[in-house]
Amino acid sequence: MGAGHHHQLYRAGDTLIHRLPPQCKLAAVAGFALVVVATPREWFWAFGLYVLLLAAVALAARVPAGFVLRRMVVEIPFVVFAVAIPFIGLGERVSFMGLSLSVAGLWAAWNILAKATLGVIASVLLAATTEPRLMLLGAQRLKLPPLLVQIAMFMLRYMDVILEEMRRMRVARESRGFVARDVRHIPVIARSAGALFIRSYERGERVHLAMLSRGYTGSLPIIQDLSASSRQWLIAGMLPGAALVTLLGTWGLLA
Amino acid sequence: MTPSLEVSRLAYAYPDGTQALFGVDFAIGRGERVALLGPNGAGKTTLVMHLNGILTAGHGTVTVAGLPVAKNSLKEIRRRVGLVFQDPDDQLFMPTVREDVAFGPANLGITGEELERRVKDALDRVGMLETIDRPPHHLSFGQRRRVAVATVLAMEPEILVLDEPSSNLDPASRRELAEVLRGLDVTVLMVTHDLPYALELCDRALILSGGVIAADGPTREILSDADLLAAHRLELPYGFAPP
Repeated sequence: MGAGHHHQLYRAGDTLIHRLPPQCKLAAVAGFALVVVATPREWFWAFGLYVLLLAAVALAARVPAGFVLRRMVVEIPFVVFAVAIPFIGLGERVSFMGLSLSVAGLWAAWNILAKATLGVIASVLLAATTEPRLMLLGAQRLKLPPLLVQIAMFMLRYMDVILEEMRRMRVARESRGFVARDVRHIPVIARSAGALFIRSYERGERVHLAMLSRGYTGSLPIIQDLSASSRQWLIAGMLPGAALVTLLGTWGLLA
Repeated sequence: MTPSLEVSRLAYAYPDGTQALFGVDFAIGRGERVALLGPNGAGKTTLVMHLNGILTAGHGTVTVAGLPVAKNSLKEIRRRVGLVFQDPDDQLFMPTVREDVAFGPANLGITGEELERRVKDALDRVGMLETIDRPPHHLSFGQRRRVAVATVLAMEPEILVLDEPSSNLDPASRRELAEVLRGLDVTVLMVTHDLPYALELCDRALILSGGVIAADGPTREILSDADLLAAHRLELPYGFAPP
């Protein structure tokens, strides 16, 4: 249901993880991320355990490693940033294969890379097991600001419509012999972008009228009841719970 | 019997001073199917926007089944007047067909089984029940227009107002929509300049031209009056003659 060609992040399935209500999964991922961020960067093996926890979730959701790895490309900008830090970092330096690296910078890079990677994997797993529209319903249930949820919902709904409009504009440009080759063509593209913005804005106004016509008063009615049982909350709580135990346990061992 | 819709001496000027309506008068009885004809720029859309209170009359009144359109009656007016917009992509804004059809009745406070019944019933009436779990943007244009009709049927309106229902439809979708509309036992006001479609579906037609009702009568007679049509920039398609 709804697994269209464009929801590339979603992987249809019917596992325990897929069936969990979205609000439980969202809260679990947020809780997990908080625990990861709170972990001191020196506790290497705690990070190792976090990876194992995520691997267990992936296994339960039947999401193959390759699927997760391919979607982790979103992290590349952070990786580039993290790799740069040891070179530009200050303070004590070490030499590695002829390169002079900052010790503080290396620690900072590791800290960013490890925590971002864990966060990204958790998010990829969330997206792989939760349809985008359900994710938004979950956010609505978690009492996120309704305006933000509605904006995200409209983005989801109208993305294809706007992309299609963009495609038609490009076809119209090219049909009249225009091909963007170098910077001199930027003004033309910019004007197209402006026109697209105005069209989208006008569509927004028409959609708003259509909503008013059907009794919209500022908040979206709850149509699909997604109540979660305490058992489901318990299952979802296992990921952040186990991470928290790891964190506190390591703390206890070192103290 | 109270008419479904009564428009009386309705006048409206846009904020920039452009006068769009100059005193529009007409009434539509319960169960009637009426076509509102007029060239582009005649004020058709402006008139439609008054019917459910999106625009507020500068002068005159709109009454829906006895209830005047006013600030404090908007909620009930918008239940009674089901507006189907021209572009179904404007009308269908929810992630799935089910949620979209449920949007109106849910805003009226309907929940649970009654909501589900209304959604299924409305989709069934337009023959789109099997698309209930699909995202609207995966449907064909004709299907989307039929779902758009269902979204207002689910509110059980007193009158269905359709803005250019046949625009952009291929001949088969156009015929399918006509069959759906003919099968509904609801008052219909159809705004169009598709004259054969008006003749096919509506016994009565109004011509809105220059911001006033210029003609009101049986569709067949109006379409047979070549001078009347020509005076209001309306034309029958090439080769078409009212039977």
